[in-house]
Amino acid sequence: MTPVQAIIAKELRSYFVSPVVYAVGSVFLLTVGLLAYLYVVFAGSQAIQLVQMQGSAQLNLNDLVFRNLFASTRFILLIILPILTMRLFAEERKLRTFEFLLTSPIRINEIVVGKFMGVFLVFLGLLGLTGLMPLTLALFSDFDWYPVLTGYLGLILLGALFLSVGVLASALTENQIVAAFVSIGLLLVLWLLAGLGSLLGDTTIGQAVSYLSFMDHYDHLVRGLIDTKDLVYFFSALILMLFLSHRVVDSARWK
Amino acid sequence: MIEVQKITKRYGQHTALDRVSFSVAKGEVLAFLGPNGAGKTTTMRILTCFMPATEGIALVAGFDCADHPMEVKRRIGYLPETPPVYLELTVTEYLQFVGRLRGLSGKILTSSMQREIERLGLGTVQQRLIGNLSRGYRQRVGLAQALLHDPPILILDEPTVGLDPKQIIEIRELIKNLAGSHSVILSTHILPEATAVCQRVVIISGGRIVAEDTPEQLSARLRQSEKISLTVKSPAADTIGSLKAVQGVQNVFASDAPGTYLLECELGRDVREEVARLAVASGWGLLELKAISMTLEDVFLQLTRHEEGFAPDTVVASAEPASRSV
Repeated sequence: MTPVQAIIAKELRSYFVSPVVYAVGSVFLLTVGLLAYLYVVFAGSQAIQLVQMQGSAQLNLNDLVFRNLFASTRFILLIILPILTMRLFAEERKLRTFEFLLTSPIRINEIVVGKFMGVFLVFLGLLGLTGLMPLTLALFSDFDWYPVLTGYLGLILLGALFLSVGVLASALTENQIVAAFVSIGLLLVLWLLAGLGSLLGDTTIGQAVSYLSFMDHYDHLVRGLIDTKDLVYFFSALILMLFLSHRVVDSARWK
Repeated sequence: MIEVQKITKRYGQHTALDRVSFSVAKGEVLAFLGPNGAGKTTTMRILTCFMPATEGIALVAGFDCADHPMEVKRRIGYLPETPPVYLELTVTEYLQFVGRLRGLSGKILTSSMQREIERLGLGTVQQRLIGNLSRGYRQRVGLAQALLHDPPILILDEPTVGLDPKQIIEIRELIKNLAGSHSVILSTHILPEATAVCQRVVIISGGRIVAEDTPEQLSARLRQSEKISLTVKSPAADTIGSLKAVQGVQNVFASDAPGTYLLECELGRDVREEVARLAVASGWGLLELKAISMTLEDVFLQLTRHEEGFAPDTVVASAEPASRSV
């Protein structure tokens, strides 16, 4: 077992013995499940109206259920993922195990990557459980699987980005609540940059500002478009956040 | 094994360590004594490559802490002030994690864990969560962590804090047994501990080394005057006066307890016989007469209180026979 794997294993262990994962996980699954139910019922009532008016109904579940669901999940992730990441470094600093980690024969980038991978695996597990929804729907209806899968790819990339922002925020402070708020704040700013971008219109600055926000990139994936530009955005943002976390952890030992 | 040359550490304007130099030979146990904020932990953090020194060189096992931190980290076991334990893990899980971080695996990891669990008496608690253990057990888990990969160098920041007296003796015994095969630096503010386990003591105050020697030499060398305590049954009015008249007695203080006096005498001069004769002749009723040797504690207090009174070079072991004639 390499040191990185040791860190991942330890993080997973820590998550599952604490109530955080269970609390966060149940809130996530409950809200996503409830939203899916509401969108399906809403689509159903629309279908009934259409049948009454036209005698027949051709429903597009991709538009009526999945696109709405993916758009809403984005917001749920913004709230709950910072709760998952807030403890990663803040707790180590609070409990003085930070010094132990940094005097162990392991590089800082290995620590950062190990911790990120640990929480990312937890997130993948939770996201995997939501896969029951499209699977159940597939039993009773027809829809196009391709945009659903790219939507899930979008969720995975978006989650990775949110988690890396959370890792950075957690490295900045030894207070977990502050870490959670800092990451929610940073993510809201990234979100609102999209609005600012469209306000600035189709200028170079406007486009640049919009590009910085994850909104458009995520929307493309939800609509079934896999564009290299969007993938580059997610991967470079992820690497930048992990790199900044590395710098922050490295500088924390000077104080 | 450890060679520290003129290390300086500054935090902004504040100088935490000022040109500190010392060395630890293989198999030696060195104690770091000093009041809080003297720079003990800072020195240890530099040696463990947690933080870099502003100036100076720290060599651990032949590797420079600044250039080869990984090589240094592999060769040290470090117990910080607060035992670095994860409260949500069991003792076994924790030691497993620590071992894996240090590249131990398979049978070697299992046998190392078994060895430390036995050595530190953790057998009965090995399946319990560390969060449910007492301070003493957590400290022992921290020690097990430092020893797990059998490092040649151990750096222990106050290793016996939070332990009960029986455990303290056990841990001291353990450190003594490690000496010879391991080089150990330990910091402490419990002075008898330094005397009990260490071959050499470094006293640090205000970021400077103010004294460095064996515990015995230190107290001998720093004794400025012989002190004698005298207790008599029925002191006369002029007891102090007549005691002062004894040749060699420099000063006499009456202590709080009635009939007890503290006599400061010239160096190298034993006035006890004279004082006894006087007490008997004057009919004071001699009850007790004893020489008070200066403990390491006195030396420590004296050194750290009046730093300016002792120029470091008169105190540091410079192997000058002349200064040993105390």
